[in-house]
Amino acid sequence: MSILIDKSTPIIVQGITGRTGMFHTREMIEYGTNVVGGVVPGRGGETALGVPVFNTVKQAVAQTGATASLVIVPPPFAADSIMEAADAGIRLAVSITDGIPAQDMMRVKRFLRRYRQQNRMCLLGPNCAGIITPGQALAGIMPGHIYLPGSVGIVGRSGTLGYEAASQMKDRGIGVSTSVGIGGDPINGSSFKDILALFEQDDDTTAIVMIGEIGGPQEAEAANFIRDHMTKPVVAYIAGLTAPKGKRMGHAGAIISAFGESAPEKVELLQEVGALIATTPAEIGATVHDALRQAA
Amino acid sequence: MDIHEYQAKEILKGFGVKIPPGGLAYSPEQATYRAHEIGGERWVVKAQVHTGGRGKVGGVKLCDNEQTVFEAANDMFGKKLVTPQSGPNGKIVYRVYVEAGVDIERELYLGFVLDRSTERIMVVASASGGMEIEDIASSEPDSIVRSIVDPAAGLSDFQAREIAFSLGFANTQIQQAVATIQGGYRAFRDLDATMVEINPLVVTRQGAIMALDAKMGFDDNAMFRRPEISELRDKSQEDPRETRAADRGLSYVGLDGNIGCIVNGAGLAMATMDMIKLAGGEPANFLDIGGGASAERVAKAFRLVRSDDKVEAILVNIFAGINRCDWVAQGVVQALEANPVDVPVIVRLAGTHVEEGRAILVDSGVTVIMASTLSEAAEKAVGACTLQTSTTAQMAAAS
Repeated sequence: MSILIDKSTPIIVQGITGRTGMFHTREMIEYGTNVVGGVVPGRGGETALGVPVFNTVKQAVAQTGATASLVIVPPPFAADSIMEAADAGIRLAVSITDGIPAQDMMRVKRFLRRYRQQNRMCLLGPNCAGIITPGQALAGIMPGHIYLPGSVGIVGRSGTLGYEAASQMKDRGIGVSTSVGIGGDPINGSSFKDILALFEQDDDTTAIVMIGEIGGPQEAEAANFIRDHMTKPVVAYIAGLTAPKGKRMGHAGAIISAFGESAPEKVELLQEVGALIATTPAEIGATVHDALRQAA
Repeated sequence: MDIHEYQAKEILKGFGVKIPPGGLAYSPEQATYRAHEIGGERWVVKAQVHTGGRGKVGGVKLCDNEQTVFEAANDMFGKKLVTPQSGPNGKIVYRVYVEAGVDIERELYLGFVLDRSTERIMVVASASGGMEIEDIASSEPDSIVRSIVDPAAGLSDFQAREIAFSLGFANTQIQQAVATIQGGYRAFRDLDATMVEINPLVVTRQGAIMALDAKMGFDDNAMFRRPEISELRDKSQEDPRETRAADRGLSYVGLDGNIGCIVNGAGLAMATMDMIKLAGGEPANFLDIGGGASAERVAKAFRLVRSDDKVEAILVNIFAGINRCDWVAQGVVQALEANPVDVPVIVRLAGTHVEEGRAILVDSGVTVIMASTLSEAAEKAVGACTLQTSTTAQMAAAS
């Protein structure tokens, strides 16, 4: 089991014929992902990488029964593509694009609220590496081979730091149930809290690694959620201990602009609610190892 | 992206916010002429720099004749203003703004931000203006009014009215206050701002509501559709290293330490800085060369990090996922062969084809210190710096 995607999930790729879209779709298919089609306005009727291309997401859903979409579309058009996916009844959209204007994301989030909670599309990203259920399916740009199938869930903002965690775990023989990127933008689809809730309900996830960073309120919200609702152990690492206030550290959302947004403050909040803190990024694997031993 | 006060005021004026008459000057002569054009008996000369707190360091001067306007401007041009918000390097004054003096009855605060909790635009206002919002929040938290705007409906007049009444405006001023609040909101929304701050917003003795100072910041991600805003960029107010990096598509933040960092991915770059600090060192920079870490980008990154004189060692930390360690290693070798560096280079590669990558570096003949884990890399970088510092000290002592 896993969360959000598995080997049977029918996935389309919005932007499949683009250079980046094509490259990562090929990787996904090679990994064994059930890619059933693509959407590129004006290219309907063509075939790309052996799957049909449609003009609209609605057509793609009608023809293929797709329930998930990987959105690899340039920043000016990305928000529109995400809303198109939601309107077509897609259940999970993964947005990789870095550089979507914040106000576009504000509108996307408002748009998603038009649907009732149980029908509302789950959005991962933007500016994330995607999602992988090791050994089953991959919707994103992460390298599949660094993940061992297993029972630890990963949720994080950063792509490469997530890879670092997965490979440290692999070195210790620890596998991953599902790894989820929520992205580095100030306004994103799913938050840490949303993904923690899914992992808590997943029978095959026994512990969760949460990789946060400076900026924004989502790590603090996650701390409250852990206190009130989580029974499974959570290992946390927060990047940006040395980041100066008021400076954007690469990710559009990685900026300390308010009280409670620095790494030490977030670490303290998480520690208070019982999360096991990896004090350095080099200790993520070892901390997960300890957490699993304690839980056993 | 930030802009100057006079630019922010010009924009807000276009959205119906009142501002005092004023003009920009590039020389003391121009400043004097501006004062003459504006007329009246009192003027304020204001240094145009991308930082707050300039008033406390001589960046704002009240003048009552054209001669003192000349002197004030003359004094400001070329001066480096170091304020608590500017960073230790300060900001140099190349432009001044001359504005008509205003008789102030009341000072208030009016700001607009993108609130990350609600993921909406939030209006923040206070009847206590003229000081930093952080200070208002700690000294008079109850004076702060917050109002969230639904993006589907926009800021409604009733919302703006509620804000205006709670700020204590007189009945006769409400209409004007609503226009000001709506103007600030529309400027924020229509131009993809991330911050609009009118501080102080003043009520004059004559009863007019005006923006006496204004700041605006914009969403870099939205600049593709705001060429008119991109045009307002003033590179003289940016850290030259950050500007150079941004022009080359790299994400760089200059810091005060001596260990240069070259990393792929923002999260891993922050984590690498943290590791250096925990190993007892100080990072010289944040640098994200992008998830892919192509050879060309590695080469650009080396040139950029080397341009910082403080750098005594360079730590390269690449997690090759989609691309491969052997390609990254070739990039490092090419970069070092083309531009040899005179400081120790520590390389830590991880991910796909890591063994091949290491072999390329070892066989290449370029001098690099290899590390296999994050902690080893950080320790070696800190060690290399200490070693160099002590060698330099020994050499200095010997000579």
